Amino acid sequence: MASKLTTSNRAGWAFALPGFGLIALFIVVPFFFAFYLSLTNQRLISPNPTEFVGLENYRNLLSISVLSIEPEVDETGALIRDADGNLAYPRVRTFTRDNPDYPQYAGMREWFRWHSGDTAKVVVATDVVFWKSLRNTLMFVLVVAPVQGALALGLALLINQKLRGINIYRAIYFMPVVVSIVVVSLLWRFLYAEEGLLNSILSAFSFGLFEGRDWLGDENTALGAIKAMSIWQAVGFHMVIWLSGLQTISPTLYEAASIEGASKWQTFRYVTWPGLRNTAVLVLIVITMQAFALFAQIDVMTNGGPLDSTTTVVFQAVERGYGKQDISGGSAISVILFLLVLSISLIQRYLTREK
Amino acid sequence: MAAITQDNHGLRLIMRYVVLTLIAIIFMFPLVFMVMSSFKPDLQLLRDTSSIRAFLPVGDLSFDNYRDASSRVPIGTFVFNSVLVTGVTVLLSLLACSLAAFSFVFLNWKGRDVLLSIILATLIVPFETIAIPLLLLVSQMPWIGLEGFQVGWLNTYRVQIIPWIADGLTIFLFVQYFKDLPRDLIEASRVEGASWLQIYLKVVMPLAGPVIATAAILKFLVMYNQYLWPLIVVQQETYRPVMVGLQYFFQLNTAWGEIMAYLTIITVPVLAFYLVLQRAFIASIASTGVKG
Repeated sequence: MASKLTTSNRAGWAFALPGFGLIALFIVVPFFFAFYLSLTNQRLISPNPTEFVGLENYRNLLSISVLSIEPEVDETGALIRDADGNLAYPRVRTFTRDNPDYPQYAGMREWFRWHSGDTAKVVVATDVVFWKSLRNTLMFVLVVAPVQGALALGLALLINQKLRGINIYRAIYFMPVVVSIVVVSLLWRFLYAEEGLLNSILSAFSFGLFEGRDWLGDENTALGAIKAMSIWQAVGFHMVIWLSGLQTISPTLYEAASIEGASKWQTFRYVTWPGLRNTAVLVLIVITMQAFALFAQIDVMTNGGPLDSTTTVVFQAVERGYGKQDISGGSAISVILFLLVLSISLIQRYLTREK
Repeated sequence: MAAITQDNHGLRLIMRYVVLTLIAIIFMFPLVFMVMSSFKPDLQLLRDTSSIRAFLPVGDLSFDNYRDASSRVPIGTFVFNSVLVTGVTVLLSLLACSLAAFSFVFLNWKGRDVLLSIILATLIVPFETIAIPLLLLVSQMPWIGLEGFQVGWLNTYRVQIIPWIADGLTIFLFVQYFKDLPRDLIEASRVEGASWLQIYLKVVMPLAGPVIATAAILKFLVMYNQYLWPLIVVQQETYRPVMVGLQYFFQLNTAWGEIMAYLTIITVPVLAFYLVLQRAFIASIASTGVKG
């Protein structure tokens, strides 16, 4: 197809250069710079010269292992139990602090534990906060991507009816997209507060049975609250993308389905859904990317707390790189996130490829 | 019989509107709360949050919060900065990204596919993860301006504009849209002796209305809502944009009424603009959103 008419190296480069040059300078170069920094001990302000430390930052972030701890026994060999009948275990720190028998656990801390028989299996990591941020980010993506995608599709189907005034509803559903996530996060802090509206509503509907809670202050509900708000804010955008997909499906297909006597579900299953394939791929990829970048909500609403239950990978990258001036550590987190997003998008592309 | 189906139909219609309206309330209530609260004194605002009164213009209403907020922060300066930075970036972005996309779609040249792949690969790099290396970079970057040669871009407008001009998404949107334009049109103009610049200006861009609108809207939202970047590169009040202004309200004792007034000032104009243009707004995003 390379016709002579359209071949021009000079014009081609000249037209592409402003856009490509800016992207190279302000995205590609900083990205490789981050990669380089992650191999050093660079700090924002430091009296010592920068040194090359190889993979040490990555080792500090990623080191994790499982420690098996046997319960304590007395002189006779019987298990020691406390007043409640629970087994007593030696403290984790006896293994991880200055213990020459276990150099591989030096400096690690407990993340969580489970029991296998009488043995306690303790997961220890050098950087527990980072692992929590990884877990939180993945949990956020795993919940938000499918739920937001599905709700957006539901809204798109709802709004795709021919009803008087439907445009007004469509406009309202899209409205939160126009508002800054910083503003939205601030507003929702009120709704989630202990004396806030959400508690009043739940209490009213449960006839006072529901006791108010501080949604963002409780480690069991904080991340869930942020998920709900994030979906609320962005679902309208994906509704519009679904809507555009719906409108590309030919009306004759629906007529045919109705002549054949297809039920509503059958029509959706065999006409609508196959027609939305490309849209589905796009929506899934876009939501996943956005979910991995979760930052502003955390920064405004919880600062990663309580007890690191809402901290995310991007939040950690910024917090360390800028807040704690640990530029090399923050950069290593950025690189890990990039590799994670890259592999997930490759997997998604593979799973959704045209067969 | 006919009457019964008629009733049934009417009932179902009403049910549909009830569902639509309930959902609409879910999407609107935080914003209604924001506007209503901006007129209430702090004590009443906090007391009202636990009841339906939070959404009603009741009690002791006044413009005091607006007066106090504008004496606490230079709102005019911040709005001006945001509008300037946003406006300039959107315009330059449309220009640079459409030119690049034009070249990627219509021209054949060495290195084209490699460059396009690099640009598309940047789509999976969240900005926050390169913010700090970028900060180090711009703090050392040279500049030749009216005042002569300088080093360092911190505390300027350019540091808020130039890094944001080109991005993978905008180029991607233009590329997708240009791909669907008839190539014969371009080749025909070429045969007639039109230069590439003429084809870009006179043939392609006049056909690109919907994608220009979409790209402009998305860029506008990104730029007007900038938070992290100006927070770390702008320490001087003179260059601060609106979102960073929020920081001023969280010192010592938080004045919630003033915050609500400030949020209303920076949000409502955008919302109003959106509501006036919502048809075109949504239609343009929908028309460029998906292509196989």
